[in-house]
Amino acid sequence: MTDRRDGPVPLEVRGLVKRYDNLTAVAGVDVTVNVGDVYGYLGPNGAGKTTSLRMMLGLIRPTAGTVRLFGRDPMESVRALEGVAGFVEAPTFYPYLTARRNLELLAAFDGRDAKKRIDEALETVELTDRAGDKVGGYSHGMRQRLGIAAALLRDPELLLLDEPATGLDPAGMRDMRVLIRRLADQGMTVVLSSHLLAEVEEVCNRVAIVRTGKIVYEGEIAELKRGAGTVYRLETTDDERALAVCQAQPGIDEVHTEHGRIAFTADEAAAAELSQALIEAGALIQVLTPQTVTLEDLFFSLTEGVDGAGPPPAGSPSAQPPVESAR
Amino acid sequence: MRPGIWTVYRWELTKLRYQKRTYLGLGAAALVPILFVVAIHFRHNRHGGDFAFSSYLTRSGLAVPLVLLLFGAVWMFPLITALVAGDIIASEDHNGTLKTIFTRSLERGQIFAGKALATATYAVAAIMLSGTVAVIAGSIQSGFNSLQTLSGTIVSAPKGLELVYVGLLVYLIPIAAIVCIGLLLSSITRNSAAAVVGTLMVSLLIQLIGILPGLGGLQPYLLSTQFNAWQGLLRTPIDWSPIVQAAWVCALYGIPAICAAYLVFLRRDVAGG
Repeated sequence: MTDRRDGPVPLEVRGLVKRYDNLTAVAGVDVTVNVGDVYGYLGPNGAGKTTSLRMMLGLIRPTAGTVRLFGRDPMESVRALEGVAGFVEAPTFYPYLTARRNLELLAAFDGRDAKKRIDEALETVELTDRAGDKVGGYSHGMRQRLGIAAALLRDPELLLLDEPATGLDPAGMRDMRVLIRRLADQGMTVVLSSHLLAEVEEVCNRVAIVRTGKIVYEGEIAELKRGAGTVYRLETTDDERALAVCQAQPGIDEVHTEHGRIAFTADEAAAAELSQALIEAGALIQVLTPQTVTLEDLFFSLTEGVDGAGPPPAGSPSAQPPVESAR
Repeated sequence: MRPGIWTVYRWELTKLRYQKRTYLGLGAAALVPILFVVAIHFRHNRHGGDFAFSSYLTRSGLAVPLVLLLFGAVWMFPLITALVAGDIIASEDHNGTLKTIFTRSLERGQIFAGKALATATYAVAAIMLSGTVAVIAGSIQSGFNSLQTLSGTIVSAPKGLELVYVGLLVYLIPIAAIVCIGLLLSSITRNSAAAVVGTLMVSLLIQLIGILPGLGGLQPYLLSTQFNAWQGLLRTPIDWSPIVQAAWVCALYGIPAICAAYLVFLRRDVAGG
């Protein structure tokens, strides 16, 4: 695989808009995917993820905005897709042809040495034994895997996958995650659209969270979680006094009670100082536990807010989700 | 090697080999002449040769493909052509495979051209198959005899065979226009059944215009009329004027249709599948 680290970024999307009559499916999306990223494009169903991906692959014409794949415009020529592969929604094939025949057709449409990769691709997705069966008889999961195999024929540097684990059983989902991780470890840049938070959290390093066609957060997952702060749960010998101490203590925020326990957000240093203050106030600590914020918490806080009042703008340094929902 | 129109063309033919409708079309093209000859055989034996074109059909087997071309123009050959022309793009919509092939290394224009060529190949195969089966079955029934032209002169059997095959080639001119209309409807409707039926309906409606009172003046410019252009070959001397007329009239039907189909295919959003 060619190393393009010094070249143009694999995927750069600016101001992408798609309108159908009076429906705006995508409302000004900006995305930058760098070499080596495993990028999660995360949002609830109907958020405009698939429409965005279709525009990224040149399948539909944007109403406004630009897409660049390694600096090239997919609407100008299919040559922009050189080094790019993937699928949107469920991958589709000719049902009356066998899996191998389908891959042979696609390899012929790819040209170069794609045909030589058929066996390897089938092996990677563990479909070698069923390659002689007609795709019409394939299960959803097998089609998903065949979709990955079809993408691998292109020896892609950028892989765009739309909901690759949707409809799979738990074992199939796990296998799909392992496969994507393995491809990423081989140096592939991956864009993964999904509404499955576990999938994105497990395999992605960066994420765009999209809601009603707009991106409400873009950045590293670790950064997103860090920005959310850590939620602590506290129990003391005198909770009433402890609550007053917490409210007065600098660096302790969002103080409230939950199921009879005190909860607040703070960083580690502020929590340490608080414990000292509690001892001095005579409220002895019985329990002080940090609770990890999951991507799921952040996702819901970002995607279920009310327009204009809920989530902060995309990419903003203040893009910190409210922590009330943190568990 | 970079893929091109030829790649698409080869694979479209492969796909046609795996589809029932191809065999339905080609099967009908082969079967109808056989049934036609069987019918001639029984009618000749029962009624002593008193039926339309009876003397013509029983005198030489070479007359069978010609009479078949005459009747086949009404709906049989347009339908056989439409079976593939109306389906070749719409079936991609049905299977949701446009997004699969549009994200490989071929431009949409190349894919369209490959599909159009494959459709044309199927149409040529269907007409030639039908004609050949008609010649063989007709010759078995009525003999490989000399043929009477429309001017009343007699041509030898080999010359008659040559005229039959040139006639089949001329017949391909209006068939090509049907292919173009089928591709357009296939591209626009994105629905195989609608495109196949639509193509046939267009063909029938054009014939209907020809028989409406007061519209006789339009006759030379109707697509249906061009299906009779081959008859110029059976004049002595050969009358090329209906063939030349068929070429440009069919171009007037076919070229705008295929250009529109191409543009729709090129510019469409692939939002389904």
